[in-house]
Amino acid sequence: MHLSLKNPLNKPSNMSLTKALSKVFGSRAKSSVSAMAVCASLVLSNPLSASEVATDVEFEASGNIALEQRYFFKEALYSEQLSHSQTSFSVEPEFYWQWNNGNDSLLFTPFYRVDSHDEQRTHGDIRELAYIHASDDWELRVGIRKEFWGVTEFQHLVDVINQTDGVEDFDGEDKLGQQMVNLSLVNDWGIVDVFLLPGFRERTYAGEEGRLRGPLVVDEDNVSYESSAGQQHLDFALRWAHSVGDFDLGAYWFHGTNREAYLSPSPQAPSSSLVQYYSQMDQLGIDAQATLGDWLWKFESIYRSTSLEDFWATQAGFEYSFIGVFDTNLDLGLLMEHSWDSRGEVALGAQGSLMQNDLFLGARLAFNDMQSSELLMGFGSDLDHNAFSFLIEASRRFGDNFIASFDVRLLQSNEPNDLLYTISNDDHAQLSLAWYF
Amino acid sequence: MLTKKLLISALSVLSLLIVSNVSFALSAEEQKGLDISLEAKKRDLGWQDSTADMLMLLRNKQGQESIREIKMKSLEVIDDGDKSLTIFNKPRDVKGTAFLSFSHPIDADEQWLFLPALKRVKRISSRNKSGPFMGSEFAFEDLSSFEVEKYTYKYLGEEELNGLKSFKVEQYPADENSGYTRRIVWIDTEEYRVHKIDFYDRKDSLLKTLSFKGYKQYIAKHWRADIQEMINHQNGKSTELKWTNYAFKTGLSDSDFNRNSLKRAR
Repeated sequence: MHLSLKNPLNKPSNMSLTKALSKVFGSRAKSSVSAMAVCASLVLSNPLSASEVATDVEFEASGNIALEQRYFFKEALYSEQLSHSQTSFSVEPEFYWQWNNGNDSLLFTPFYRVDSHDEQRTHGDIRELAYIHASDDWELRVGIRKEFWGVTEFQHLVDVINQTDGVEDFDGEDKLGQQMVNLSLVNDWGIVDVFLLPGFRERTYAGEEGRLRGPLVVDEDNVSYESSAGQQHLDFALRWAHSVGDFDLGAYWFHGTNREAYLSPSPQAPSSSLVQYYSQMDQLGIDAQATLGDWLWKFESIYRSTSLEDFWATQAGFEYSFIGVFDTNLDLGLLMEHSWDSRGEVALGAQGSLMQNDLFLGARLAFNDMQSSELLMGFGSDLDHNAFSFLIEASRRFGDNFIASFDVRLLQSNEPNDLLYTISNDDHAQLSLAWYF
Repeated sequence: MLTKKLLISALSVLSLLIVSNVSFALSAEEQKGLDISLEAKKRDLGWQDSTADMLMLLRNKQGQESIREIKMKSLEVIDDGDKSLTIFNKPRDVKGTAFLSFSHPIDADEQWLFLPALKRVKRISSRNKSGPFMGSEFAFEDLSSFEVEKYTYKYLGEEELNGLKSFKVEQYPADENSGYTRRIVWIDTEEYRVHKIDFYDRKDSLLKTLSFKGYKQYIAKHWRADIQEMINHQNGKSTELKWTNYAFKTGLSDSDFNRNSLKRAR
């Protein structure tokens, strides 16, 4: 499991980038195929002792298996929905190979969830299946990957590469794997990432029996695209990121398929479902964080242009940390963020953002104990009308390999135009137990 | 208490002046304490880079144990603090988490954390010096690289420890965010290796004792202890660090300590 450090690391620093690139591109297909073959044969023979078999390729298997139980406090609002209890089981192993002293690696992370009620939530995905080659001042990543951008906590506005795996959780932080070729160039003035993204992933939505959805189910079979290439459109992104003293900065341009679908009721009356339309978009995004002592100041902004609309949106706020509160080992972090969207308040079903003028407050308590106990509380409020959400997330380790988490989410709205109003019967508690190996 | 604070701040001003080569009068004890630390630092210069594996054994009062498995990569930076990459392997739920730090003797350290579940790189505040590292009895500041400018000094005398003639030096942290008022350090007179540290908390009562065991010399110059044991006298807990696979001058460079290497660290 340890890197062999007897040989000095591969240092092609004297090799010009173009030369090195042509070398990699030229032989990449061949070498990654043979690497795959080597890995496959290692898996077939004896995965855990791979490093003993071939000293230059090291293999690691890890992952987690989790059982999750949700309980909705109120009866369902729509007739097909499950009533109170929802159970699910998920598995996410990770297989990792590295060779050439870690400068070449292959990562495979499949995922599968089985849900007791929502057939849309019973789903699988390849979160990652990627080959990475690292050199001194550049890195090439090819395959299915996850790429996160941004600095804020309550909304990930600038994060655009991966599609949201919407059925996974309420917070939208779970993402589907995205096919890509990503070249990363390290310069004194920052890291430049070029992305070619062939193949688009459609967002996942709760099915008929699922909770946390509006009155109409999103139809997974009725999907249309602005681009004639449909799902095969080649998307492109260019990002620069740099740290200058106390400041971490990022800026990007994305050109391709909008990750957010325009949803509209199906044409036949009465409408029984929502159909998805994915437009093309150009998006400019910036993110910045200033880390000043105990203060973290955070700012994200996007400008999105589609054939249907142009708009601005921002997410900005701060996090302040108290270290060792009440003379204990506890750390307390206080968070405040504001969301703004130039489209303003919109009617339900019309295009716009839920977070057009919303304020978020949060408190994070880290116990810093052996069990890594943590408590997170968040409160979100729409400043344009009466709607709020409240969440508590608590987690703790049991033994060496189990993590138990307990979450409560409460949603309230008096505004029938608000999405929260349509899911206001979906207050729930969630208990999950995960085993890590 | 107030006079003590005044004394400490006066001492830190004095030592800063000395370090920046402005001649100023330190007492003989202060000068000797500083000289010992300068010599210890000087003897360890030139390691360039190093890698090592660390096993942390956390024990509570009842004797229950918990394990942390960590890999460390460090890069020596001339005229500044060192760079380090810390990669977590156990507990399994934090596997793949990595921590990048650019330390500075006086300015705030720059620190980033990689969270593998979200693939997110997060810049974090480096003000948390006194907090526990991974729930252990080691504070973040106990694990950061030793820089002479981080303390002011007072030589307390010579004492024999584990059969070795040792200097006993009192160190006062210059950083107001430190969890300590002072540390008493035993350094052997032969090789200038630290063998024991007593930590005094903000109320100036004895909080912890750190013992170094099994010193080995690498590439005929750099001494590293195989085992570091921290005992907390106030809560009865202890943490043992076991170091293995120490390697020096492995060829690491600046490019192994950036955002990209943080994201793929293993």
